[in-house]
Amino acid sequence: MGKLSVNLCGIELDNPIIPASGTFGYGYEFAELYDINILGTFSCKGTTLQPRFGNETPRIAEAPAGMINSVGLQNPGVEAVISEELPKLKKCFHKPMMANASGFSIEEYAAVCEKLDRERQVGWLEVNISCPNVHGGGMSFGTDPEMAAAVTRAVKAVTTKPVIMKLSPNVTDIPAIARACENAGADGLSLINTLMAMRIDIKTGKPILANVTGGLSGPAIFPIALRMVWQVSHAVSIPVIGMGGISSAEDVIEMMMAGATAVEIGAANLVDPFICKKIIEDLPAVMDRLGLEQIRNKK
Amino acid sequence: MNQQIFTIIENKPLTGSVYRLRLGGNTSAITAPGQFVNIKLEGKFLRRPISVCDRSGSMLTLIYKTVGKGTEQLSRMTKGDQLDVLTGLGNGYDLEPSGEHPLLIGGGVGIPPLFGLADELLQKGCKVTAILGFNTADEIFYADEFRMLGVETHITIVDGSAGIKGFVTDAMKDLDYSYFYACGPEPMLKAVYKTSVTSGQMSFEKRMGCGFGACMGCSCRTVTGYKRICKEGPVLRKEEICWEN
Repeated sequence: MGKLSVNLCGIELDNPIIPASGTFGYGYEFAELYDINILGTFSCKGTTLQPRFGNETPRIAEAPAGMINSVGLQNPGVEAVISEELPKLKKCFHKPMMANASGFSIEEYAAVCEKLDRERQVGWLEVNISCPNVHGGGMSFGTDPEMAAAVTRAVKAVTTKPVIMKLSPNVTDIPAIARACENAGADGLSLINTLMAMRIDIKTGKPILANVTGGLSGPAIFPIALRMVWQVSHAVSIPVIGMGGISSAEDVIEMMMAGATAVEIGAANLVDPFICKKIIEDLPAVMDRLGLEQIRNKK
Repeated sequence: MNQQIFTIIENKPLTGSVYRLRLGGNTSAITAPGQFVNIKLEGKFLRRPISVCDRSGSMLTLIYKTVGKGTEQLSRMTKGDQLDVLTGLGNGYDLEPSGEHPLLIGGGVGIPPLFGLADELLQKGCKVTAILGFNTADEIFYADEFRMLGVETHITIVDGSAGIKGFVTDAMKDLDYSYFYACGPEPMLKAVYKTSVTSGQMSFEKRMGCGFGACMGCSCRTVTGYKRICKEGPVLRKEEICWEN
């Protein structure tokens, strides 16, 4: 058992480092920069049933110690992901990958996950429930325990691989949502997605983002993510992937100490495309300094 | 693309708000004029994308305008300071279709990438004409540098305080050219698009997240599908442009 190895829902990872969805494309772009097989795995760009352009631009605003994005799930749609993106990835990544799925109805989540589940390259399904429910007045699936559970059940009914529900932090009681997903059959949880935020250009008085609001990520949200991972990992018995502002080996260890089984790294990839490689290289020395022999948690 | 540490050789104002930054370091990732670099600044989360003006050996010349706290912070850096730079970003201009007499059209801080392009077009044996557009006479920069390179250079000034009174398109109408290359604010590009009588290429600007194609922050629609300004752009061919508004 390697010093850095962890077990995520029954699959061994060489290390707990997972680039987060939306910050790592479909992987092959980063393979031009370094051998991405050094990663634990990675979570691909959020995939929907139909192709999506996403929101209008500007989609990016800066924030103190972070950024706000309103990309709006731009992706080529699940069929093109399977026929075009996954074959490109296969040439440069030889480990199970995490397929990130989104939807705007329970049926869409199930349809996307069912298709991705059949792909041999897919090790886990990560289900983003921060999207608005078009049949439920636009309220995000992830803000209501009943709706989060309904998505989980629908996905579990049509898939064979571990299902990880990705939770929204824009809720009053995240352990309640986490428990609802666990009780509905989720194999794991990942959190936190971005925090809803906005910026205004004071020269024009208008919001910077065309979509007005977006999701805040980066070091600014790390303490909030840590608190929520702590709360959730104490509330459920399934594995939890911690994410939100992680940008160093020390942050990884802190997040694991809060109860995470593995971690995802998001915004940091966008300012330093080599950050995951650096963190994997830094971890052993930081662990030695802290007297840690194994990074894995017991859960 | 790669990540390099560059050392500041010079950081001097050319006008009240436009600076020339000369950096020493490994420039090998830059393969075409019109590409850009993305600079990390202390205390700022997102990098600052700046187009490459010129590159010769291990020296990189960037020209930027101070538009906010980040670029103001950059303007206070001095010789010997080091910068973490992602270099060789974007597609850059394609010289191949230039013909014998290409026209370069630049507006404000859209002018710098055309300088490196002009140099390469001249080396290719082209006769190069440039129209450089500014709002006021005190904003003029690099006109002499273009002329010294051997470019027939026309200056347009919106308020008429020097050069030709009006916009770059006012100067375009009287010129013959085989092809055009443009860079500047979007209203200028739109006007050039309408006025131009040949094919050409235009470099676009958009708020970016990463600058290297990962975040989809700067996507745009084109005739040939969605493109990322930072990766498949910033240069688009005239024929593929879809104006969004």
